[in-house]
Amino acid sequence: MREDIPQRLKTQVQMEENDTDPTEQVPCTNDSGPEDHTQDHATLNYVGIEAVLDQMRRKAMKTGFEFNIMVVGQSGLGKSTLMNTLFKSKVSRKSCTPNYEEKIQKTVHLQSVSHVIEEKGVKMKLTVIDTPGFGDQIDNDNCWEPIVKYINEQYEKFLREELSINRKRRIPDTRVHCCVYFLPPTGHCLRPIDIEFLKRLGEIVSIVPVIAKADTLTIEERQEFRKKIQHDLQANEIRVYPQREYDEDAEDRILNDKIREKIPFAVVGTDREHQVNGNKVLGRKTKWGIIEVENVAHCEFTNFRDLLIRSHLQDLKDVTHNIHYETYRVRRLNDSNVNGLGLSSLSITTGENVL
Amino acid sequence: MSCCFAKFTSNASSSCLPCLAQDKNARPLSLSGHVGFDSLPDQLVNKSTSQGFCFNILCIGETGIGKSTLMDTLFNTNFENFESSHFEPKVKLRAQTYDLQESNVRLKLTIVNTVGFGDQMNKQESYQHVVDYIDTQFESYLQEELKIKRSLHNYHDSRIHACLYFIAPSGHSLKSLDLVTMKKLDSKVNIIPVIAKADTISKSELHKFKIKIMSELVSNGVQIYQFPIDDETVSKINTAMNGHLPFAVVGSTEEVKIGNKMVKARQYPWGVVQVENENHCDFVKLREMLICVNMEDLREQTHTRHYELYRRCKLEEMGFKDTDAESKPVSLQQTYEAKRQEFLGELQKREEEMRQMFVQRVKEKEMELKEAERELQAKFEQLKRLHHDETSKLDEKRRMLEDEINTFNKKKAATELLQAQAFNTNANIKKDKDRKK
Repeated sequence: MREDIPQRLKTQVQMEENDTDPTEQVPCTNDSGPEDHTQDHATLNYVGIEAVLDQMRRKAMKTGFEFNIMVVGQSGLGKSTLMNTLFKSKVSRKSCTPNYEEKIQKTVHLQSVSHVIEEKGVKMKLTVIDTPGFGDQIDNDNCWEPIVKYINEQYEKFLREELSINRKRRIPDTRVHCCVYFLPPTGHCLRPIDIEFLKRLGEIVSIVPVIAKADTLTIEERQEFRKKIQHDLQANEIRVYPQREYDEDAEDRILNDKIREKIPFAVVGTDREHQVNGNKVLGRKTKWGIIEVENVAHCEFTNFRDLLIRSHLQDLKDVTHNIHYETYRVRRLNDSNVNGLGLSSLSITTGENVL
Repeated sequence: MSCCFAKFTSNASSSCLPCLAQDKNARPLSLSGHVGFDSLPDQLVNKSTSQGFCFNILCIGETGIGKSTLMDTLFNTNFENFESSHFEPKVKLRAQTYDLQESNVRLKLTIVNTVGFGDQMNKQESYQHVVDYIDTQFESYLQEELKIKRSLHNYHDSRIHACLYFIAPSGHSLKSLDLVTMKKLDSKVNIIPVIAKADTISKSELHKFKIKIMSELVSNGVQIYQFPIDDETVSKINTAMNGHLPFAVVGSTEEVKIGNKMVKARQYPWGVVQVENENHCDFVKLREMLICVNMEDLREQTHTRHYELYRRCKLEEMGFKDTDAESKPVSLQQTYEAKRQEFLGELQKREEEMRQMFVQRVKEKEMELKEAERELQAKFEQLKRLHHDETSKLDEKRRMLEDEINTFNKKKAATELLQAQAFNTNANIKKDKDRKK
C-alpha cells in the first residue's frame, strides 16, 4: 500500500510537467571550468551542467580503454604487418621471421597478445587475436568453428560475470570488438571459404573486410574487385560493419553510406620507412617505385585506420556491447529455459544453428 | 583446440578502479608515431552527449525548509512547485522530471521531494517511505537488467544519485529524526547534508554548528558522501570542500540590484543576503560540488556501490548464491533453473489438486441431479395414477348418467304411448258421444 502512493503521484505530476514544460532552456555561458569564481557565474546565470563532459573525459582517461581486435586470413596475407602498421608498434608477432619455428597448425589455433599503449595521456589495452592456420589446410571444412567458439566463449565469460552475485566493479572485457578479415587480392570475387566465414561471423561480430596486399592490383583492378565483392556481399546477405540496420538516424546513415561505398578497403602494410621528397614515409620500396602506405592515392590504409581508430572505435565497442552481446545473451537465456539445464551444459553452436 | 593466452587477473573489489598498467599480462609498448586513438575520450563524450544525461536528486527536509526554492536557485529555472500543506497524514514522495539543456548538453533531471516529512505527530514511520522509494527505483533497474530482452542503454535511470538532507538551522545539534533517517539511508544513497536557511545563523554560531553536526554524524556512524580525492585534478578542491561540509545554503529566485548588477538575493530591512556571494553562504560551493565537479562520480557511486549492494542483498535474499554447499561455483542460471523447476512442480501439484476438486464437484452435482430426476419421475407416476383414477370415476358416472337417461327415455316413451293411447280412447269416446247425438 505505501509503495502505491509515491508512484501514483509521480506519474500524475510527470504528466502535468510534460504538458507544460517540454524543454527548459538554461541560458548558457562560455566554457568555464570548475575553478571559476563567483563573479563570472553571477553575471552569466551559469549552472554548470556542461562540466559533466569534462568529468566524463577525466574519468575515461583515468580508467583507460580496452580494445580487442581479431585478424583472420590465410598465412602470408600480411595480417601481422598490417596490425603493426596500424598501431605503429610491434603488437603482433610475424610468423615469417627467421626465429619462428612453429609449423603450420593442423587446426586453427587462436593466440591473443595484449599490450598497453598510451598516447597523449590516453591509455589503451590492446589485444590482438591472431588466427594462424585459418584456411591453410587442404580440407578447410568448418575452419571457422574454433573462431566462433572463441568469440562465444568471450561472450559467455562476460555473461557469467554479469550474472554473478558478487560482481567486479569493472567487468574485464575480452569480447572481440572488431574482426578484420583479409581477402587475398585475386581480383575475381569472393571465394567459398570467404562467403562461408563472412556469413557465419557477420551475425556475431563486427567484421571489417580488407583487401590485403593491395599493391598487386592497379587502381582500376581494385575498383572492379571492390564492386564484385560488394555485389557478392549483398547477394549472400552478409552484413559487415557498419551494418545498415544499426544506423541510428539520418546523419549516421549518410556518414555510414559513404563508408560502405569504400568497403572493403585496399590496404598495404609495412614497418619500414624510406625517404620520399625529403620526408620520411612509411612505404614499401620496389624496383618500380615506393608505395607510400599513408598516401591516399596509393592505397586506402589511412581510410581504414581512420575508420577503425579515429572515428569509429567507440562505436565498434558499443555495437559489440549493445547488439552482439545482447543477441548472444537473449539466445543463451532462452536456450537454457527451453532445455531446463544450467549453464554447465553449454554447447557452442555455429552460426547456422542460431535461432 | 583453441586456447587463449591472455587470462585477466583482476584486482579484488577495491574502492578505486583497477589501473590498466597493473595488468600482469599486458606489456606496455611505446608507439613510434601518431596512431590517433587519443580521440577516444572525445568519441565517448560525443556518444554520451547525443544520448543525453540523467540525474536524480532526492531532497529530504521538513515542510517549508526551502527545498523547492533551493532547487530553483541551483538550476536557475522555475520548477513550478506549489506549497505543501503541513497536515499530510503520511510522508509522500513527489517526483518531477525536467529536460534541461545547456549549450549542447541535455540533462534529464528528476527532483524528488518529500512531502510532509517531519509534520506528523508520530514520526516513527517517516523514513520508511523514503527507504521504500529508493528501493523501488533499484528494484525496477534490477528487473530491467535481469530481463531477457532488455534495452539498458535506452532505459530511463530513475535511481537516486544524490540525496540532499536539509538540516534545520537550530544552531544546536541534529534532531533525532535527522540522525535516524540519515543512518537508514547512508548505505542506500549518497547523502549530502546541507544547512537550510543559513541566513538565520551568525558566522560564529554556524562554525560551531557545523562542527557539532559533523561530530554527531561521526559518533553515530553515519557515512555521508565524501567528495572523491583520488583524482589529482580535483583532489585539492574536493579535499577543501570536504572540510566545509555541511554546506550552509540560502536559496532565492528573486533578484536585487547590487551596484549595477542584478544578483539573486534576499532583501531584509537590515541588509541583503547574496546567494552567490561566498562570504554570505556556501551556495556556490554546493553548486560546484554537486554539478560542476562531481556529478559523474555521484552517478558512478550510485551504480557501483549502492546499487551493487542492493542487488547482492536482494539476490541473496531470494536464495541465489555464487557457490553452493561444496563451494563449487554455482551460476545464477542453475539456481534460477532449480527454483523454476520447484515453482513449476508446485504449480503442477496445485493444478492436480484443483482438477481433483473439480471432478469431485462434478460427481456430486451429477448425483444431485439424478436424485432430482428420480423424484420428478415418482411425482409424475403419482399424478398419472391420480388422473387415471379420476378418469375411471368420471367414466363410471357417465355410464350411470347414460343409464339414467336411457331409463328416463324409456319411461318417457312409455308415458307418451300411454298418453297417446289415452287420447285415442278419449277421442273415440267423444266420437261415440257425438254420433249418439
